Amino acid sequence: MAGAAAAGGSVRSDTYASVRNWLLLPSWAGLAIFVLAPVAMMLVYSFLTKEFRGGVIWEFTLAAYDQFFFDRGLFGDEPAKIEWTYILIFWRSIWQAGLATLLALLIGFPTAYFIATRPAHTRTVWVFLITIPYWVNLLIRTVSMKFLLRDQGPLNDFLLWTGLIDDPVRIINTNAAVQIGLFYSYLPFMVLPIYASVERYNFALSEAAADLYADKWTTLRRIVIPSVRPGIVAGCILVFVPSLGAFLAPDLLGGARNFMIGSLIEEQFKGNAGNWPFGAAASMILLTLVLIILVFLARQQARAEREAAP
Amino acid sequence: MPESRNAIDVRNAVKRYGSFTALQSITLSIRDNEFFTLLGPSGCGKTTLLRMIAGFEEVTEGEIFLFGDEIENLPPHQRPVNTVFQNYALFPHMTIEQNVMFGLEMRGSSKEAARRKAGEMLELVQLAQFSARKPSQLSGGQQQRVALARALAPEPKVLLLDEPLSALDLKLRQAMRSELKSIQRETGITFTFVTHDQEEALTMSDRIAVMSAGRLQQLGEARDIYERPVNRFVADFIGETNLLEANVEEVDSTVATCRLANGLTLECDAIGNARPGADVHLSIRPERVTLVGASGDPWQGTVKENVFIGTDVQTVVQLQGGIELTVRTQNSAAGVATIFDPGTEVAVGVEAGAARMLED
Repeated sequence: MAGAAAAGGSVRSDTYASVRNWLLLPSWAGLAIFVLAPVAMMLVYSFLTKEFRGGVIWEFTLAAYDQFFFDRGLFGDEPAKIEWTYILIFWRSIWQAGLATLLALLIGFPTAYFIATRPAHTRTVWVFLITIPYWVNLLIRTVSMKFLLRDQGPLNDFLLWTGLIDDPVRIINTNAAVQIGLFYSYLPFMVLPIYASVERYNFALSEAAADLYADKWTTLRRIVIPSVRPGIVAGCILVFVPSLGAFLAPDLLGGARNFMIGSLIEEQFKGNAGNWPFGAAASMILLTLVLIILVFLARQQARAEREAAP
Repeated sequence: MPESRNAIDVRNAVKRYGSFTALQSITLSIRDNEFFTLLGPSGCGKTTLLRMIAGFEEVTEGEIFLFGDEIENLPPHQRPVNTVFQNYALFPHMTIEQNVMFGLEMRGSSKEAARRKAGEMLELVQLAQFSARKPSQLSGGQQQRVALARALAPEPKVLLLDEPLSALDLKLRQAMRSELKSIQRETGITFTFVTHDQEEALTMSDRIAVMSAGRLQQLGEARDIYERPVNRFVADFIGETNLLEANVEEVDSTVATCRLANGLTLECDAIGNARPGADVHLSIRPERVTLVGASGDPWQGTVKENVFIGTDVQTVVQLQGGIELTVRTQNSAAGVATIFDPGTEVAVGVEAGAARMLED
């Protein structure tokens, strides 16, 4: 009896499982076409030989990776030395993206906390206000930022008017301009996940901490931040990853000296001057780097969630 | 300057939210070492008053003193009182031990001292073996006891408890009542307990403050409040009662004779504002009335219904003039012998001194 019932149950659940798999097919197909295929193409192209006017020749070679890491002289016949140019660009990009993430966190956390502690009916309005600029194309927003930061732009005019400075401050074409651009581009990606976390936070915990003699700062550090850490980690990933590959802000605001990975890769595929396998190889290296960082953060996140399990 | 033997003195405390007044000028004192209860229905302001003592709500007007020191302007983390929260508010990312150690560390204890004290506290609430667990791994009753240990660990001058038992099931709630009471006696810390459950208040408290609509209705010992309620709200909220309208016929020093609407008279203690001709309300507890067989007594009526409630049987008797009186008879051999079927003619006997005149 019991055996038959169990067998019946398992037949039914098998049927459900197969139906479920069929229903998931469109999603799997979408993922394959839009995620796996491009990455696979990129991987393949990074091992092909470059054609001079863009495009590739179907011959296997490690030349693209070799070019990224090693300097063999102008004609390729000298002993290999480490090629620092691209490694430095990568390093600068990580540094820039990291700083932009930190800046977004420092501004985004208080913003998110502020929104989450408003009365329920006004929160939606605040969230809407935060996202309004993002209805405008990123290119246009970055160009307007360029206008704002110019030597004769409104920001400098304002600072001159207040008397804080006597001569225009050079912002455009500096690292700072890139920072500001990246920060501005991706701030909502920091605010929204943190907001979602803080909104779920049980504020009775803050009262309990205050009741147990913790001042505001200690409460924030020991109780609030550990409780909303999943939102902070998500926000940091969402700002860091696109900042790392960004090319609009570095191109338009940073000038030639503040080249970032995004721009380097973009160059390889633009016009006739490009080197597709090299661009693909740089993309693969970037992807690997991002994956390593994500796996590290995901582990941290999993640990935090295990600890904070309700 | 209030007398310093009081743990807490609340002086004319008012709480307003915009145009809404949550508390209307409360004045009360909580004595050192007592188990004090703020009792009232939800929305009566009892939790607001507790939160004002803890520092989570600002005091709109008035003062609060803790052992003679004015505290109403101090932030919560500077007030030497601790709170057991309604839903415990345990820190989910910390172990039980870390939760209990938190307040001690914040007061500057060394790690070792805090750990030792936390161990003692967990011993006190019988949870020592769970110190390495996370709050989510404990049952509601266990979390409740952790919250208690955490709040007691820094040895607060007053422990505030905000409906701490309301989330527990009945059996556990009853067990926790006596546990709380014995911990209070053991530690000698003043407990200020908020509840809407009158049975909880009666069984645990040394003194009870009954609140309603932002006002203090009556303050006294449990027995006092039950036997001598001052007004209709208290008489009705604490236990069950018969509220009867009456007119004062004559006042003879301390005894007043009151006539009910149906012409029957009752004697009761005269209170301050009782003078002949005044309309008053009387409260008669159902267990102070007995049923006897009909005998031509003027207190005669018809049994309307019997409700079995386990320990007792509650009988509604319709007297002449449409007055209904509820009678409680103990579910014992002697008691059951006096229970009659609905429709039976019976007489009711009101014990001498059972009727209590109310102020309003």
